[in-house]
Amino acid sequence: MKAWDAIIIGGGHNGLVNACYLQRAGLDVLVVEKNDWVGGAATSRELTPGFLYSNCSYVCSLFRPEIMRDLELPRFGLQVISYEGGAVFTRDGDYLANYRDHDAHRREFARFSKRDAEAYDGYARDVTRQCRFIQPLLMRTAPDPTSLKPRDLGELLYLGKKFAGLSAEEMALTLRFWTMSISEFLDEYFETDVIKANFALSGIIGTALGPMSPGTAYVLLHHYMGEVDGSVGAWGYARGGMGAVTKALAASFKASGGAIRTGAEVDHVLVSRGKAKGVVLAGGEEIYGKLVVSNADVKRTFLKLVEEKELPDIFLRRVKNFKIRGSSGKVNIALDSLPEFPALPKDSPVYRGDMHFTDSMERMERAYDDWKAGRWSSDPFLDMVIPTTLDPTMAPPGKHFMSCFVQYAPPKVNGRDWTDADRDGFAESVIAQISEYSPGFRDRIVHMEVRTPREIEAEVGLTEGNIFQGELTFDQLLFNRPVPGYAQYRSPVGGLYMCGSSTHPGGGVMGAPGRNAAAEILRDLAKSTSHMSPAHDVI
Amino acid sequence: MAQATRKKPVANTANAAVSARIVAQGHFRTLRLGTPFQPRLDALAKTQDWYNWAGYRAPHSLWDEELEYFAIRSQAALFDISPMTKYRIEGPDAEALLNRVTLRDVTKLKPGRVHYTAWCDDEGFVLDDGTLFRLSPTRFRLCSQERHLPWLLDSAIGFDVIVQEETEAVAGLALQGPTSFAVLRDAGFAGVEKLKVFDLADFPHDGGTVSISRTGFTGDLGYELFVPADKSLSLWDRLMTAGELRGIRAIGYTALNRARLEAGLIVANADFTTAEHAIRADRLRRPDEIGLGFMIDPEKGHFNGRRAILEARAKRKLRHVLVGLEIEGNIPAEHAIVYYKKSQEVGLVSAAMWSPMAKRNIAIASLERPYGDTLVEDLWVEIYAMRELQYQKLMKRAKVVARPFIKLDRRTANPPADF
Amino acid sequence: MTSFDAIVIGGGHNGLVAAATLAKTGRKVLVLEAAKDVGGAARTEEFAPGFRVSSVAHVLNRLHPEMVRTLELEKHGLQFARTDFLPSVALSRDGPALMLHGAYGEVLTGASSSEQSAWKELRAQLLRYAGILKPFLSRRAPDLAGMSLLETASLGQTALALKKLGKEDMRDFLRVLLMNVADLLDEQLEDDRLKGLLAFDATLGSHLGPRSPTSLLGLYYRLAGETGGAAGAQVLPRGGMGAVVAAIRAAAEKAGVTIRTSVAVAKIIVEKGRAVGVALDTGEELRARTIVSAINPATTFRDLVGPREIDTGFVRKVKNIRMKGDAAKLNLALDRPPQFGGVDAAGQKGRLVIAPSPDHVERAFNPSKYGEFSPEPVMEITLPSLADPSLAPDGACVLSAVVQYAPYALKEGWDAGKPKFLRAVMAQLEAYAPGIGKSVVHAELLTPADIETRYRMPGGHWHHGELQADQMLISRPVSGWSGYDTPLEGLFLASAGSHPGGGVSGAPGLNAARRIIAMKG
Repeated sequence: MKAWDAIIIGGGHNGLVNACYLQRAGLDVLVVEKNDWVGGAATSRELTPGFLYSNCSYVCSLFRPEIMRDLELPRFGLQVISYEGGAVFTRDGDYLANYRDHDAHRREFARFSKRDAEAYDGYARDVTRQCRFIQPLLMRTAPDPTSLKPRDLGELLYLGKKFAGLSAEEMALTLRFWTMSISEFLDEYFETDVIKANFALSGIIGTALGPMSPGTAYVLLHHYMGEVDGSVGAWGYARGGMGAVTKALAASFKASGGAIRTGAEVDHVLVSRGKAKGVVLAGGEEIYGKLVVSNADVKRTFLKLVEEKELPDIFLRRVKNFKIRGSSGKVNIALDSLPEFPALPKDSPVYRGDMHFTDSMERMERAYDDWKAGRWSSDPFLDMVIPTTLDPTMAPPGKHFMSCFVQYAPPKVNGRDWTDADRDGFAESVIAQISEYSPGFRDRIVHMEVRTPREIEAEVGLTEGNIFQGELTFDQLLFNRPVPGYAQYRSPVGGLYMCGSSTHPGGGVMGAPGRNAAAEILRDLAKSTSHMSPAHDVI
Repeated sequence: MAQATRKKPVANTANAAVSARIVAQGHFRTLRLGTPFQPRLDALAKTQDWYNWAGYRAPHSLWDEELEYFAIRSQAALFDISPMTKYRIEGPDAEALLNRVTLRDVTKLKPGRVHYTAWCDDEGFVLDDGTLFRLSPTRFRLCSQERHLPWLLDSAIGFDVIVQEETEAVAGLALQGPTSFAVLRDAGFAGVEKLKVFDLADFPHDGGTVSISRTGFTGDLGYELFVPADKSLSLWDRLMTAGELRGIRAIGYTALNRARLEAGLIVANADFTTAEHAIRADRLRRPDEIGLGFMIDPEKGHFNGRRAILEARAKRKLRHVLVGLEIEGNIPAEHAIVYYKKSQEVGLVSAAMWSPMAKRNIAIASLERPYGDTLVEDLWVEIYAMRELQYQKLMKRAKVVARPFIKLDRRTANPPADF
Repeated sequence: MTSFDAIVIGGGHNGLVAAATLAKTGRKVLVLEAAKDVGGAARTEEFAPGFRVSSVAHVLNRLHPEMVRTLELEKHGLQFARTDFLPSVALSRDGPALMLHGAYGEVLTGASSSEQSAWKELRAQLLRYAGILKPFLSRRAPDLAGMSLLETASLGQTALALKKLGKEDMRDFLRVLLMNVADLLDEQLEDDRLKGLLAFDATLGSHLGPRSPTSLLGLYYRLAGETGGAAGAQVLPRGGMGAVVAAIRAAAEKAGVTIRTSVAVAKIIVEKGRAVGVALDTGEELRARTIVSAINPATTFRDLVGPREIDTGFVRKVKNIRMKGDAAKLNLALDRPPQFGGVDAAGQKGRLVIAPSPDHVERAFNPSKYGEFSPEPVMEITLPSLADPSLAPDGACVLSAVVQYAPYALKEGWDAGKPKFLRAVMAQLEAYAPGIGKSVVHAELLTPADIETRYRMPGGHWHHGELQADQMLISRPVSGWSGYDTPLEGLFLASAGSHPGGGVSGAPGLNAARRIIAMKG
């Protein structure tokens, strides 16, 4: 019976990135995917005739350009179309827009506060400085601070040197930045609530934290990063929906000789004498491999796919303690015409960007209080986009697809599982909010898909529906991600690796975990990594 | 169901501030604003060669950048400086505030006078340079390249003073060149002859006033005029009419930039990086490192950055120096690397040109001390002159020379020359 | 007129400690206190005829041992034995209380045996980790950029202590360092009463809820303190907190410190970038080589120095120090001791905590984010007169409680809000000690606004600045100036607003004095 060189569990973007790199290193790689399609949370699905839904992730924000280049994704059809703007609607009938042009951006802020308009440059400088500090860490394996191995010491030294290279002032700023809430951080720059809310959303998207929670200033970086290192065009819609990203990855993988089996749910990993030997599918079929890489989150991988007896207690305890909290949902809507927002001029570029309705820090934080109490937010935070304003391939002529990312939605409602009635209530909170700013919105709806954490977990397999495969808090970053001692993509089971967003550097359609994991695997196999571009310089 | 129903967040209350905000929404359709003088500039813009000056459409040139330059040096040149950032600082503590914020001693700046100054952050790194106009004992105008409202407002904490940004409300013109005085006089600004260099006075214009100072950015005889935006076109016309026979010409930035370089003047974020914009810590500069050390007055009392600046001097922490260079030959050394003994990199040229006035090949460069400071011999610049798709690589000797590169007696002569 | 080497502004406990430490080197030191008595928020005051109480700070748990040694406080009557250790009691509304005995729960009673062993393990771990951080309390925050050999060595010691933990323990330490307390408790404990108590302790005095990341640091801060040589131990000083101040004052006076009370400093006199003296509100000027400000850092710079002598960036940083208190103090004069349900006699003398669960504490925290007080506040209560009858008339009782969350900037204003908040607090008390309402002779509720006015503490914040990760160590009080010196030569800071922070420890005062001595100031 054939033994693959590597079996990848899960055809999400990180699984595919990992598979591509391994295949291109000369390995014989099989990707097994439980759904009948690949893509994980980066898919485009025709859920109603003529409409393509980016039904989970909806924006290409952080995808590493080095990976796009190595895997030749443009050749395999990936096109990223940039946002042209964005806005927060205000309750007084106005809006605060984000424009790409620096001076338009300043003038827009000046409509609300001249001071804030002129504070933006200082803010951008400070955030950029932090990004420059963090960004090179994304494409490196985190060092183990308890290890005395030369590589770990070298990496620690690298970190230390980077830090020591800062002035005393910058060190303090960096430490503060890592521990502040986005709300407090913004208070130091801006006076206008809606301007703060406009920036704060980047500090909370995907997390189970509110803008007033310490540590959210750092999350801001996680969303800001793509814009820093000259990754022009890295932020935008993928033509044809987010599935285009994974479609291109799959095409790249197949072109280099890789194999994909869809509709193949893994029941468990075959382990013999502490070593992974392959996987057993739900139907009982055994597939053998010299190594197994799991794109599933760390909880799913080790609490469901691997038998407890194969794992040390301390590892199991830490995996159980890994915080993976669903905090968001999606409402995907097919529309028979472009919704109108009376507050927004018809020729505004904002229609071709991301729109929001949460115009104060308090509303954002209160939405989080609902989540803490085990409820979905009655006044939710929405990140709403209409990709069909730039990509007509996703809907029939004249019709539109709208994606609403919704925060917050708890993994359980008042401690119990979501019901269909809950789901409808959740959707109603979203539709009601949009309708307040867009009269007649309801009448335009042709079809709607509502995804609470329940649906996200069921379809994509993300535990608790957490889009980042684990919270981005300090206790789960760098050498703590996913768990201390196993932050280098390996696991206690020989030949079993992790490559999902549960690992460093975390979530978003970034591809870095998949790539970094491939580098570690190839290192273990003593294979060349010359086909992997080094991380871009930050100079 | 466990959920409370949504509270209605939308409250459409009509209020003046909101209406004003909404009226201003349409700015996104015009990314580069016209200045108040735009109708006149448009009429003259034969080259249609625009650039973005702080969000305004400003001319690089209008009809001929060579002749525009010579208008500055041989006739009268009119340059629109409206996009310059302007702040009004007014109140009983305005002098004290500015004395704390800026380097030079503001108590020595009399009403009706202007001085060139700079301001620093706590570490003594330069935030910007600019001109400070003392309009009255308690009223000032600060003009600069970059924007500083948050810094000025935070500086004003504890001072009885108001700080207002007035860039859009106030239009500005620079009238520079040997015939500039004659143009103003002929335009009917009686008494303008009394203005000595760095003097400032108000003159009646079109039912309002225009404030005229004998200042400029060219090293030549010249004036700057500030006028409320709604009186700007009549001012333009008044000057153009009066100057017709004196060769008055509207000009663009390319010409002005040449003149300023000959005058040895520096430009923020061209010749040095301002602290607010410096992302890389080693790009920050103290006044002594960009030739502004003369502004520092250790005796005037406290000012922002004083401790750090004096400490840097005492502990010899100054790492850079900005110098004027004269380079052999006539090929401009723009952005050339400066070498010591033709081999060791010691700095960079930030601006360079062949000076038609001085007939010398001049440059402004930032060097790493001690080069350019105590070690001024054996300096070279490596010029990459692109000629028909090939670099002609030249290694030319550079001599540290004093700025300005040209000195024109007419700039300061009193009474001003009547050409 | 006597001339002084050093003038200390503010006669709170940190001011007195700094003064005494400086005086012991032979310096002539003058302490200026605006109130009629020294002690600041660590005084014992009569709040109703015959009833005395520790006005704000009421439980002693972190008096710094090096300070006690330096000032020989034991000779001045400050001594604590194990028998003085105060138990902590997690009250339950409808069942028996849970009790932590000895030094922060050496013994746990009222919980299941599995919970007891889980607690034993967690307590040991918390103490181990707090021990790593403890050395930071008694020295300046590390100056990471220009570190001296000594500082590098001491950081090295910390690294060594970390290594000594063993690999897995060190990994856990690094994981949980900045975690929220609620998650850690959920990982290791079951009992909501115990978890509620710990969640309360971790967030006491800060604008954090147990679910806020970094909230675990509050627990470490508490456990890095010690009393009578035992980490985490707490006592009620006989005579109230004023007795501690009296001992420090006695030590200061013995060292030759001059103390002037009812003297308000109006201005710090600055000449050529150097602080050279102070001007009193009477116009009197006093000069000294060294000026030590043991009052709030923001007050020091905003009001006493003024913006003209300092840089804008520094003013900005000072402006950005977050110091809006969330804790109120309730002092009740009762005609008889209250009966808290499910608590034995020993427990009644302990620190009684109403914080039924971490979720409850979190819910209490939520409104404070929006300038609203908690409708169901959490609190720690002591009945000091039970052990120290001198504090109350015969048969009567003093109740002293710190209550959260009562945001300084209450949206509706404290004039309107205070009676409502008092009702909420009393309702909560009534639920745990039925009948207490009827026994109230006098109630004094000090909101953060009251504390601000009465004790000159901006924001009514007893740490003189939020003690959160971003305002700790090298960022306290502001980045670049964490080592007790200031941009003005000759001016030093010595209040809780400086590293390591508040609580009756004397550590900021001690560290500041040491810095001044090292700088030959």
